[in-house]
Amino acid sequence: MKNNQYTEFYAQLEENIRQRSCPVMNAQRREAFLTFSAQGFPSTRTERYKYTDVARDFAPDYGIQLSGGVGESTEFCRPLSKADIDVTPYYNHIADTTDSVVALNTMLAVDALLIHVPSDTRPKHPIQINNILKGKQDTMTLRRILIVMERGAEADVIITDHAADHQQFLCNQVIEVHCDDNSRLNLYEIEETNLMCTRYSNVFIREGRDCSVRHTSLTLFNGHTRNSCRVQLAGEHSEAILNGCVIADKMQRVDNNTVIEHLVPHCTSQELYKYVLDDSAVGAFAGMVHVHPGAQKTSSAMTNANLCATRQAHMYTQPMLEIYADDVKCSHGSTVGQLNDQALFYMRQRGISLHEAQLLLKSAFITEVIDTIPLEALRDRLHFIVDKRMRGELSKCEGCKLC
Amino acid sequence: MEDVTREFVNKDYEYGFHTDVHTEIIAKGLDEDTVRLISAKKGEPEWLLEFRLRAFRYWQTLEQPSWAHLNMPEIDYQDISYYADPTAQARKDGPKEIDPELMKTFDKLGIPLEERMALSGVAVDAVMDSVSVKTTFRERLKEKGIIFCSITEAVKEHPDLVREYLGSVVPYRDNFFAALNSAVFSDGSFVYIPKGVRCPMELSTYFRINAMGTGQFERTLIVCDDDAYVSYLEGCTAPMRDENQLHAAIVEIVVKDRAEVKYSTVQNWYPGDKDGKGGVLNLVTKRGHLRGVDSRLSWTQVETGSAITWKYPSCILSGDGSQAEFYSVAVTNNYQQADTGTKMIHLGRNTKSTIISKGISAGRSQNSYRGLVKVSEKAEGARNYSCCDSLLLGSTCGAHTFPYMDIHNDTAIVEHEATTSKISEEQLFYCRQRGISTEDAVSLIVNGYAKDVINKLPMEFAVEAQKLLGVSLEGSVG
Amino acid sequence: MLEIRDLHASINGKEILKGIDLTIRDGEIHAVMGTNGAGKSTLSNVIVGNPSYEVTQGEIIFNGQNLLEMSTEERANAGIFLSFQQPVEIPGVSMTNFMRAAVNARYKAQGREQLSAGDFLKLMREKRKIVELDNKLTSRSVNEGFSGGEKKRNEIFQMAMLEPTFCILDETDSGLDVDALRIVAEGFNKLRRPETSAMVITHYRRLLDYLKPNIVHVLIDGRIIKTGGPELANEIDENGFADYVAR
Repeated sequence: MKNNQYTEFYAQLEENIRQRSCPVMNAQRREAFLTFSAQGFPSTRTERYKYTDVARDFAPDYGIQLSGGVGESTEFCRPLSKADIDVTPYYNHIADTTDSVVALNTMLAVDALLIHVPSDTRPKHPIQINNILKGKQDTMTLRRILIVMERGAEADVIITDHAADHQQFLCNQVIEVHCDDNSRLNLYEIEETNLMCTRYSNVFIREGRDCSVRHTSLTLFNGHTRNSCRVQLAGEHSEAILNGCVIADKMQRVDNNTVIEHLVPHCTSQELYKYVLDDSAVGAFAGMVHVHPGAQKTSSAMTNANLCATRQAHMYTQPMLEIYADDVKCSHGSTVGQLNDQALFYMRQRGISLHEAQLLLKSAFITEVIDTIPLEALRDRLHFIVDKRMRGELSKCEGCKLC
Repeated sequence: MEDVTREFVNKDYEYGFHTDVHTEIIAKGLDEDTVRLISAKKGEPEWLLEFRLRAFRYWQTLEQPSWAHLNMPEIDYQDISYYADPTAQARKDGPKEIDPELMKTFDKLGIPLEERMALSGVAVDAVMDSVSVKTTFRERLKEKGIIFCSITEAVKEHPDLVREYLGSVVPYRDNFFAALNSAVFSDGSFVYIPKGVRCPMELSTYFRINAMGTGQFERTLIVCDDDAYVSYLEGCTAPMRDENQLHAAIVEIVVKDRAEVKYSTVQNWYPGDKDGKGGVLNLVTKRGHLRGVDSRLSWTQVETGSAITWKYPSCILSGDGSQAEFYSVAVTNNYQQADTGTKMIHLGRNTKSTIISKGISAGRSQNSYRGLVKVSEKAEGARNYSCCDSLLLGSTCGAHTFPYMDIHNDTAIVEHEATTSKISEEQLFYCRQRGISTEDAVSLIVNGYAKDVINKLPMEFAVEAQKLLGVSLEGSVG
Repeated sequence: MLEIRDLHASINGKEILKGIDLTIRDGEIHAVMGTNGAGKSTLSNVIVGNPSYEVTQGEIIFNGQNLLEMSTEERANAGIFLSFQQPVEIPGVSMTNFMRAAVNARYKAQGREQLSAGDFLKLMREKRKIVELDNKLTSRSVNEGFSGGEKKRNEIFQMAMLEPTFCILDETDSGLDVDALRIVAEGFNKLRRPETSAMVITHYRRLLDYLKPNIVHVLIDGRIIKTGGPELANEIDENGFADYVAR
């Protein structure tokens, strides 16, 4: 039993939390509490958390937000407590219940957001969820999102993180995505917070047959960020595309951890993560592609490319393969390097200053990730934001009226 | 394809015989007295006994590591004999005599110990169980100031050198198996190449496990002084036995200014039978310290044997401009498991490292590459290129890649790539249409795949390694 | 316009230029001919300030300014343009953004007002026509996926955009077919103003027939060993460099 502020908080307020929440969430709470209190936070000796000191990130004395805060119901989004379907088979079903950070979320989250796209339906517009961290004291928020894509459903979901106040915020987010056969989902996560924000995100995706899921994670401004994305390819002929980019400077830290499990034959996965690190930023990328026995004809490619601009910027990268089937095409590549000298010279010969040439090349480096985004409006917006970010004109969430 | 798989039966392990030679074996079990006994048998000075005891005491505080992608059988460290001497009887009969049985054993292994019969240009130190049997060409090497002898003799004859370098690259605190080896190491080779000397012949150590119920704890130390050069080869075999035998070795290499060391291994310990019974547990810490400016070290390994391989020949590049290479072919078949790779630690400026790893898995084996490339803050201009490829033969084996890159300097250029492939039916069909049998075709394709590494081996070893690749994979593919 | 005195330069410690003296006046076109490895490209790289090359001796004066003390981009903005022998590909940077940055820098150096986005695109359209550069190419990344001929035309297009006063054409003709060569050469002639001067590096007479140099230099082993009028180019075209190398 490892007691800390969170186990004590739960022990005192369990009844209060239960009353504010709904049965389907309460049903998982006790188990999560037991897991969390038995394990405590993982140490950096745990392979998956090698590059992130979880206990330190959760150490501050955060106020814990227990209000729902999920917002009004719309056609496709509603609080889990007002679910239009039976969510018992989905909630906390594919999340890794043995992970302490996930267990903490399950133990304390009061409400969740349900995005439910019925069979053969496609929302007219992308579903956008803007999270604005706001408050007069240091706060931890527990965000829980459940996405249920029925057979043949299609959707674009954009989730943004902003911070409106200069307090220490910690967001502990768990997203579970269930994709039934032949569904398609584009899930974007864009983080533009500030140096005082800490983010723990655990995304779990399970795909049936003929599905396509594209997850794009953009860390444009942050404090400490730990993103985990785990995908199970459980039906044949499905694909998973995980892309991400990170622009970090000052003392920012970004740790992306991905696991793609090929459970069945004939699936495809692709990963592209790019980092630009400046000042004393620390970046980590650990990607694992796990091809289970029998998952023949798997095709998988993983790329992680990184630019370090200073000696103080550190990059840790770990592209891993675990393969138990022989008829597969798997590759991974990882690079750490600098801007192309020849390109810099060419640009300077055209009269572009060294500084400007570097900016253009850095933006171009990130552009490869942005250009994979099918939504044109979002792509254009991101090009604009990335350019501003590179120029140091984006110190907090750009275009947000609250800030 | 599966049909052809069944057609082949596993070819017998060629070196699986046992030599009936009188061997003095100390009682099983490990405590401080065992350590004292080993030290006494070898007639060691006090400082070395102290070193062993410190290592032993430290080892007792450790737990066996479990991070590797290996399913390791429980090792009962009290059920192993830590010292077996096949030369004891002969020594009683008269000094300098070698039991004819031992000579025959090494002959049978293709390692003649009589200098007139030796492979041209190769000097051999032959180690059986815990003792060095004979080192050839010592006198000729001595003329150039080169020291090549067993580490036991080196302790007696060159104590200052041994004391200066032993444990300087792999301290006993390095890891569990290194601590164990430091406490109980028996024999191995010692090489010293003086300043400016280019060693005129290949130096080679051949390790043989013979006695039952023993472990082998070899210890090799190579020091290559300024502007010197040496190429060193290591080979190993063991009899077929149903129980696992432990081989926990340490190899330390010191490379000084502008010196160059090439270290090649063809590892062919008994891999266990086709059901995974028996075989050597090969748990080895190998490391080179490129201390000098513009020094060079290359590790080349062909790993075909052992039930379990846990081995990461590493390089610490602290001399400015030093260059290190790691070339590896690891083959696993049946129930073999390998977790092998390298560490390249860049500390000096303008250091360069290359990693080429080729994993080949067949049967029900598991083959993992695990590597670390670290560029420290001061390693201005460091370069690394890594390429880790896996070839899978059959659908019941596993091939895994666990590379780690820790980059702390903005001028570093580090590239890693990896691919996984199989021998395609088209390739096999094409060969067969040209009249090449399936097994020859597999051997051909595998050797082609491993060519980059094999080419790095000295000639005699390259031929040996090529044969070995074919044999190790027999019965694995159709 | 440009005056080079006793110029020595090396790359990776190896001396390539072993004392070059060369004066190019306003409006003049000089051709530099020579064997492979004679130092022609080194000369052009040193003039524009490629950081890979080290000048060990000598000086270069451009319109009264000491070029060697200026950064690559300062030289470019002073009006020096190099048409690269092998233009580098820059993935991810669009031609438009690239040119925009370069034109802005040039205008700023000249004290001119920056172009609006509309005017800039208009300028791009106009200049593109001169070298018959496809619209599609300007929407791509710099030089990425361009054929050899397209890359060379793209170089001349950039020259048109930046209006330099001194141009270096480094083997702009190599690998071009007759039509492409004509387009590039005529493009250059159209862009030229009376005061524009140029240094043309080539192996062949073909390009010189279009550009009509005033003066021809023969560069062998890091030194200019012969200087003459346009007739020298014809002579080399017929006889090769054998006479000069033999010396």
